[in-house]
Amino acid sequence: MTARGMTDSPRPYTLIAELTYRCPLACGYCSNPLTLDRHTDELDTSAWSRVFAEAAALGILQVNLTGGEPLVRADLESLVAAARERDLYTNLITSGIPADGARLARLAAAGLDSVQISIQDTDPQGAAWIAGRDDSEAKLEMAAATRALGLPLTLNVVLHRGNIARVPELIALAERLGAARLELANTQYLGWALANREALLPARADVEEARRQALAARERLRGKIEVLFVRPDYYADRPRACMDGWARRYLLVTPDGIALPCHQALGITSLHWQNVRAHSLADLWNDAPSFRAFRGEDWMPDPCRTCDERETDFGGCRCQAFALLGDAAATDPACALAPRHDLVVAARLRAETPRATEPSPIRLRRLRSAS
Amino acid sequence: MIDQTSRLRLARQVRLKLDPRSGKQMLLYPERGLELNEIAARVAGLCAQERSVARTVAEIVDEMVAAAAGTPRERIETEVLEFLRALEDRGLLAVQKTGPHEPEDT
Repeated sequence: MTARGMTDSPRPYTLIAELTYRCPLACGYCSNPLTLDRHTDELDTSAWSRVFAEAAALGILQVNLTGGEPLVRADLESLVAAARERDLYTNLITSGIPADGARLARLAAAGLDSVQISIQDTDPQGAAWIAGRDDSEAKLEMAAATRALGLPLTLNVVLHRGNIARVPELIALAERLGAARLELANTQYLGWALANREALLPARADVEEARRQALAARERLRGKIEVLFVRPDYYADRPRACMDGWARRYLLVTPDGIALPCHQALGITSLHWQNVRAHSLADLWNDAPSFRAFRGEDWMPDPCRTCDERETDFGGCRCQAFALLGDAAATDPACALAPRHDLVVAARLRAETPRATEPSPIRLRRLRSAS
Repeated sequence: MIDQTSRLRLARQVRLKLDPRSGKQMLLYPERGLELNEIAARVAGLCAQERSVARTVAEIVDEMVAAAAGTPRERIETEVLEFLRALEDRGLLAVQKTGPHEPEDT
């Protein structure tokens, strides 16, 4: 959402509602926590409705209904209606599976504003490698059903070593499907993706070629398709402005009700995370020590605290600092100025080496208790 | 490209909403929001009524000239058109070209 200077007060614009960690797919870069088996006690319809009401009162304007796979929630229609009742702009973030055009029509009737469908690859074998199965045809049907209902369609593609060569085909697919938006977002190496980094991190030349193609498409399709390209922060000299700053614009609630500032924050085990079952969203946002931990600049180490770009990147990704260094307050190793940038450089060097087998084996994301 | 004869409405994906926190109008679209200043909000409001560019611009210019005497008409026209083109670039407007002989809005 609209970014402004760092001096203005934290104000959440978007609620990321992770309705469930159940998912038919098993993508090796999933943004859900590695500990997803501990979070299966899902909030029910009325608890989510209360969360939506509290979110709207807190000034939140958009909700992303996501997961896991939100379509596996039998009460999704009621949840869409509850979000719209609070006048939230309601985005469905889905794999499209299980594909069901009639269900999509019911969700549209309940007030759904937009649909984002993930596309793993244009190559069925590539899709099966990364997700454990290939659903290409069913996904295309759901994309067509979205357009037939007149809903705006976003295609989201997580790029990695296995599919980054197919950016031209992915752009052509977005054109054919009449997407309003195409997100070509490289994997960032946290959680499941960090566990699979050797198999997923592309070589630099492949990232730059994909970027050239995406930027050319952005110009050519201006006004028709908004084409976004996000580099892996391993190949940027400066860190990502992760979530537009810690607990500044986004609020995430896990399936079992834990409030977080981002998808990966549960991985920071040095912070104590609290639950919406016990606290109001406003209390969590305003006062939870975990939310206040990395707001503003007081927490910043050198070289961040005197850096000219600290109001642009907000000091980068805290989850990455914790994952790579065990210290959430350390300088993000993605930054070329970080004392431990060598960790990222070493991973990049390995990515330049051809693999014995491509694609390499990966650890698929599975919920042990999944039905 | 938008010109004076184009008919405009907000794209279907766009919702115009008053942000109760800031008191400002916002355009909401998938996963994004655009905070509007007073004139932009007025332009977006007129787009919501499906008007031609010529009528939208004329109405805004009349209001502005009345409100801020001395502002050159051309400058206001240019600014309104630039805003509309920025919206068009983001895919937030449904633009329909009308031929010179087609009836104007009634």
